[in-house]
Amino acid sequence: MSTPNRMVVIDDTSYETEIPQKFERRKGYVPKNPKQVLGHIPGLIVSLHVKHGQKVKMGDSLMILEAMKMQNDVTAPMDGTVKVVLVSEGQKTRKDQVLLEFE
Amino acid sequence: MTILQKLIDFFTRTEKALKGVDRKAVDKQFASGKLTARDRINILLDTDSFHEFDLFVEHQCRDFDMDKKHLPGDGVVTGTGMISGHPVCIFAQDFTVAGGSLGLMHARKITKIMDHALKLGLPLIGINDSGGARIQEGVDSLAGYGEIFYRNTLASGVIPQISVILGPCAGGAVYSPALTDFVFVVDKISKMFITGPEVIKTVLGEEISMEDLGGARVQTEISGNAHFYAKNELECFHQIKKLMTFIPWNNRKKADPFPPDPPKGKFNIERIIPTQATKPYDIRDIISAIADNSDFFEIQKNWAPNIVIGFARLNGETVGLVGNQPMVLAGVLDVDSSDKGARFIRFCDAFNIPLVSLVDLPGYLPGIDQEHAGVIRHGAKLLYSYSEATVPKITIILRKAYGGGYIAMCSRHLGADFVFAWPTAEIAVMGPEGAANIIFRSEITQSENPDQTRKQKVQEYTEKFANPYVAAAAGHIDAVINPSQTRDYVIHALQTSTRKLEARPKKKHGIPPF
Repeated sequence: MSTPNRMVVIDDTSYETEIPQKFERRKGYVPKNPKQVLGHIPGLIVSLHVKHGQKVKMGDSLMILEAMKMQNDVTAPMDGTVKVVLVSEGQKTRKDQVLLEFE
Repeated sequence: MTILQKLIDFFTRTEKALKGVDRKAVDKQFASGKLTARDRINILLDTDSFHEFDLFVEHQCRDFDMDKKHLPGDGVVTGTGMISGHPVCIFAQDFTVAGGSLGLMHARKITKIMDHALKLGLPLIGINDSGGARIQEGVDSLAGYGEIFYRNTLASGVIPQISVILGPCAGGAVYSPALTDFVFVVDKISKMFITGPEVIKTVLGEEISMEDLGGARVQTEISGNAHFYAKNELECFHQIKKLMTFIPWNNRKKADPFPPDPPKGKFNIERIIPTQATKPYDIRDIISAIADNSDFFEIQKNWAPNIVIGFARLNGETVGLVGNQPMVLAGVLDVDSSDKGARFIRFCDAFNIPLVSLVDLPGYLPGIDQEHAGVIRHGAKLLYSYSEATVPKITIILRKAYGGGYIAMCSRHLGADFVFAWPTAEIAVMGPEGAANIIFRSEITQSENPDQTRKQKVQEYTEKFANPYVAAAAGHIDAVINPSQTRDYVIHALQTSTRKLEARPKKKHGIPPF
């Protein structure tokens, strides 16, 4: 348990109480940016199929992300223009890493 | 051969089988702070009460030079014995024999003793200490695991099943403990995970030690996979023996009664509960004040500490206690605490253990992470378990019982048999601050002095609703009781409900929000 005498507010009432570490360590909520394409799994960028400034349609293949021995096709979530590709071929990526941004 | 020669031959064979594969492996076991399989069984069980099964079982594998390998007992020790005079079925994997790896015959020894436990109606204790599947035996190892998991499931709720993790328990193997009722872990010795650090590093590039990934502390504090934490094996065995005194042999019996024993010391509510309703106290102080010998055997102490569960005795009879813990997160219900409470309630219901619920909570924990983690379906587990349970259900509302929290904590509406409230109870749809802000919003905003109006409205609401009498007037609770008489009331409730019979609609089983 962590420091005693902290406060938790429920329905406008402040309760004096202890806060467990799991609660303190929780990540804050970050709303999703629809213009960002995130890696859904850690892996390796095998091949890139688009460049900066390229126009794409929804469903077009942006790149191949190899993970768990599968070749995952990362597709465009919308029609648009690629603003910047943030990864390069052969790069190892983390989960939720921003791979590409749309304009 | 003469009879004497046959006896000598038998003794020789037995000694060879008992000695294990090699001395080096045994020394390595001791060096890592672990005991051997037979040591563990002999310490846990009553002296000289262990009768071994299948000492001479041998593996049947012929691939990969396995026919040249002689593995005594195939790496696991199984049999029956006594704990405090209670018969039990037990198996202990032997890490000194082929790393305790599981082959088909190893698994068959385990499933045999599991089948025995089910037929004989005896608790099953499994000591896990294994490197995992015996790769040389291929799919036969997987078959072995599957047969074990199937039996864990069939026996679930029929006989108590206890898993003791005294070594690695990784990959598929770890699903057996996950299916059992209580998991015991020991610091620096227990290692539980589905995929280990090496695979995680190779596939995902993330680095973590075995201890940080699935060690005893992780399992008892973060994941909630384990129920009891011990600093060493001896403490662990002590905990197991204590647990056995609270639970019945099987689901057709009740736990053994003990001689009644009053709590230690005199109970003074003013010393435990603070006057100000927003100040915390430790619910376990209340439990100590009402339990026999003030003895509370807490389960999963370090996980989801905002709810407290465990066994105690009241007038000699085992009860299962569930209580909100105002000292942590104000005692709110959330994903983990609902999970923790729900599973314990189902164990008690399966094994004829009456439930005593102590209520003091302001509601559910707000938060995006909670909502996205599914507090809706996890919270529903608690409601489901309480409603489904047909053991005697006794609820005492100590202080706050607001909104959904009031309902979820075994209220009359979920089938509680006895609902008592202390004079300090506040049974309301919401706390006075929140309620006044909503109900009198227009009055407050339109007033010349909003703060004063709000204070006044909060005061009015508190006087009218922050008490047990509104609920009492509607018959939602059975009695407002003097806190110092709580133990007497609960014991009386237990005595009147020994023959409780409650029907449920006929069904194969319900569909709880897993």
